[in-house]
Amino acid sequence: MPDWIIRGARLLGANPTDLFIVGGELVDSAPIGAQVLDADGLIALPGLVDLHTHLREPGREDAETVETGTLAAALGGFTAVHAMANTEPVADVAGVVEQVWRLGVEAGHCDVHPVGAVTVGLRGEQLAELGAMADSAARVRVFSDDGHCVHDPLLMRRALEYVKAFDGVVAQHAQDPRLTEGAQMNEGAQSARLGLAGWPAVAEEAVIARDCLLAAHVGSRVHFCHVSTAGSVEIVRWAKRKGWNVTAEVTPHHLLLSDDVVASYDPVFKVNPPLRSSEDVEALRDALADGTIDAVATDHAPHALEDKETEWAAAAFGMTGLETALSVVAAAMVETGRLDWSGVADRMSVRPARIGRLTAQGQPLLPGAPANLVLVDPSARVVVDPSTSASRSRNTPYAGRELPARVVATFLRGRPTVLDGKPA
Amino acid sequence: MTTPATTLPQHLLSAGDLSREGALLILDTAEELARVADRPIKKLPTLRGRTVVNLFFEDSTRTRTSFEVAAKRLSADVINFSAKGSSVSKGESLKDTALTLEAMGADAVVCRHGASGAPHRLANWIRGSVVNAGDGTHEHPTQALLDAYTMRNRLGRIEQLRVAIVGDVLHSRVARSNVLLLSTLGAEVTVVAPPTLLPVGVEHWPCAVSYDLDGVLPKSDVVMMLRVQRERMYGGFFPTTREYSRRYGLDARRMATLPDDAIVMHPGPMNRGVEIAAEVADSVRSTIVEQVANGVSVRMAVLYLLLGGAYPDEIARSAHDFAGASVA
Repeated sequence: MPDWIIRGARLLGANPTDLFIVGGELVDSAPIGAQVLDADGLIALPGLVDLHTHLREPGREDAETVETGTLAAALGGFTAVHAMANTEPVADVAGVVEQVWRLGVEAGHCDVHPVGAVTVGLRGEQLAELGAMADSAARVRVFSDDGHCVHDPLLMRRALEYVKAFDGVVAQHAQDPRLTEGAQMNEGAQSARLGLAGWPAVAEEAVIARDCLLAAHVGSRVHFCHVSTAGSVEIVRWAKRKGWNVTAEVTPHHLLLSDDVVASYDPVFKVNPPLRSSEDVEALRDALADGTIDAVATDHAPHALEDKETEWAAAAFGMTGLETALSVVAAAMVETGRLDWSGVADRMSVRPARIGRLTAQGQPLLPGAPANLVLVDPSARVVVDPSTSASRSRNTPYAGRELPARVVATFLRGRPTVLDGKPA
Repeated sequence: MTTPATTLPQHLLSAGDLSREGALLILDTAEELARVADRPIKKLPTLRGRTVVNLFFEDSTRTRTSFEVAAKRLSADVINFSAKGSSVSKGESLKDTALTLEAMGADAVVCRHGASGAPHRLANWIRGSVVNAGDGTHEHPTQALLDAYTMRNRLGRIEQLRVAIVGDVLHSRVARSNVLLLSTLGAEVTVVAPPTLLPVGVEHWPCAVSYDLDGVLPKSDVVMMLRVQRERMYGGFFPTTREYSRRYGLDARRMATLPDDAIVMHPGPMNRGVEIAAEVADSVRSTIVEQVANGVSVRMAVLYLLLGGAYPDEIARSAHDFAGASVA
C-alpha cells in the first residue's frame, strides 16, 4: 500500500496544510517515495459516518447490495455506514449481522457496521438476542427496529435498560402506529388539499417525549432516528437541558425539502417520516446548527423502479441519499451560514462516530489518527444525474437539481476508495 | 360570450386548475350542448375518429356511463377499460396500463382511481388528455362542474350564492372540487361537518367552516349533502350512524328552515335515512335527478373542449350541418 502526501488541503476549511499518510495512519512528516495528491482549494474533513443506511442485502439485492451501497457511500465521502436491520431475513441474530459485516469487509469501500434489530422480526413483541449481536464479529452497538417504532412502552424500557450492559444504544423510529394508520404525507395544508391521508407531527413527537422520559428514568441513552418536526426539536432540546443522555439525527432531505413538492404526486418524494412544512425545515436547520440535533444521517433507502413508478399510495417510502448528503448539507447549512466546515465535520463524522461508539472514525486529522478522510471541493457545483449513481437504485429526489460541493477523494485507513470523484 | 382566447389546460386533473373564464366556458358550452340534446338527432360529429378511454379502477357505473354517453353523443369511439377482470387485477402497474392505452392511440383518458393523484401520474405517461373522474379522497372536477351547472340552471347565477357542503368533507373528492370551483366562480361556500370529518388544514381552504348544520341552513341558497361511506360508519369518526343522522342529516324539519328558493343537492348514491331523508330526496327542492342529466352535458363540454377546442357558437353551426347531412 503506497504512502501519500496530500498537498495544500484546507483542514476543516482552515489554512492550507500538508497531510502525510503512512501505513494507514496520519504522520507528522513527509514520507519518502509517496504518491502526491494536489489538494489545492480542497477541504479535508474526517471521513463521514452515516448512522442510518439501508443496504438492502440480504433480501432485496435488486434495489441495493452491500457492494453497490458502500461504493455510493465512498463516493459521498463516507468511511463508515451503519446498515439498518430491516433486511430479509431481518438482522435480528448474530448470523445475519456477521454476514452483512463480512460483505462490507469484502467490498472494502467503507466500514459497515450492522445495526441489530431490537425485536425479533421487527415485530415489536420480543427482544432479539441483542447480547449475541453485540458479542459477534460485527460488534453491534446500535439497535433499531427502523421502519417500525418500538411502540410498546414496556418493551422499549427493557431494551433501553438491556443494552447498557454493552454500552449499546437504541435508535428509535418514532412513529405512533395508530396515529399513522394509512398515513401518506405530512398532515397540514398540503394533505388537506391533495387528499392524502395525514401523518401528524404528534405521532412522532409523542413517542420522542415518552422515550426521553423512559431513558431518563432508567438512566440509559437513547437516539432518535430522522427527527422531522419543530416539536421533536423542542422536546430533544428540553431533554438535553435536563442533562439526559439523548441524541438525535436529521436526514439531508428533511433539511432541504418541504411538503409542497408532494403536489406533483411523484412518489420519489414519498418518505418516512414524511417531508414536513417549511417551518419544520427551518427548525431542523436551527437545531442542527446549535447542536440540539447531533448528526446528519442519510436514511439512504434505495428502491427498485417499479416500487416508485406507481400511484402515490402504492409506492414504497424512502429516497437515496449517500452520494448527495454532503452537497445537501452544504446547500442547507453552509451556504446559509448556519454551519462552517468544522461544524459539518462535527455533525457528519465526529458525533455520529461517537453515538455509534466507533473509535477509529470521526477522529481529528492529527498524527497518529487512522487516515479516514474526505477531500471536498467546496466551490464545485454539480447537477444531480440519477443515471450516474453508483447505487443500484435511482430514487433520488434531487434529479436535475444543482447542488454545491463535490467529493474529490475519500481515504479509508490510508487507502483511497475515491480519487478524482471516481471509484479508486 | 366567452372569447376564443380562453384556453383550458391540456388535462382536467383538479377544479383548481380552471380559471374563472375556463370554468364559464365549460358551463356555457354545456348549455349549448344541452340544447342539442333536445333535438331529434342528439349526435354531433365533432369527435368522430377520436378515441376516448374510460379507465375505471373503481366501480362507478353512474360516472362511467355518464362519460360514455357524453363521448358517444360527440361521435367519439369509446373504450371501457375496467380494472375488474383486466390485467390490472393481475398486478399490471398503472404505468403499464398507461403505456398500453398510449399505444392504442387514446386521445383522452377518463380516469377513476382509488388513489389520490393517480390521474396526475397518468398524465406524465400519455400524450392524450387526462380527465380526472374521481381520484381517491382528492378531487372529482366534473362533478363540481355539473353541480355548478345545476346551480346556475336553477338559481340563475353562481356568484354570491351561499352554498353549504355537508358531511364527510375529510374523505370527499366532491367537496374538494366544489370548494375550489365554486370559490373561483364567486360563491360563498361553507363546509359543515363533525370536526372528525374535516381535514386538518381546512382553514386554508377558500371557504368557511361550521360544525352547526342548524345554524347554517337558514343562510343557505344551496345545500349539498355528501354521502357517508359505510367504512366511516365503523371507523370511529362518529359514535353511531343514528347520532350522525340526528346532528348532520337533512330531514324535512331541517329542510323547512331553508330560504324559499333554496335547493338540495346530492352527488349520489344516497344513503336514504342517513345523510338525507327520503322525503327530502324526493322533494321539489331536490336537484338530484337533474344533476345526473346535467352530468352528461358538462362531460360532453369537457371532452369537446379538451379534444376539439371549438367554442359554443361553433356547436350550433356544426349541429346544423350534421343534421342537414343526415337528412340528405
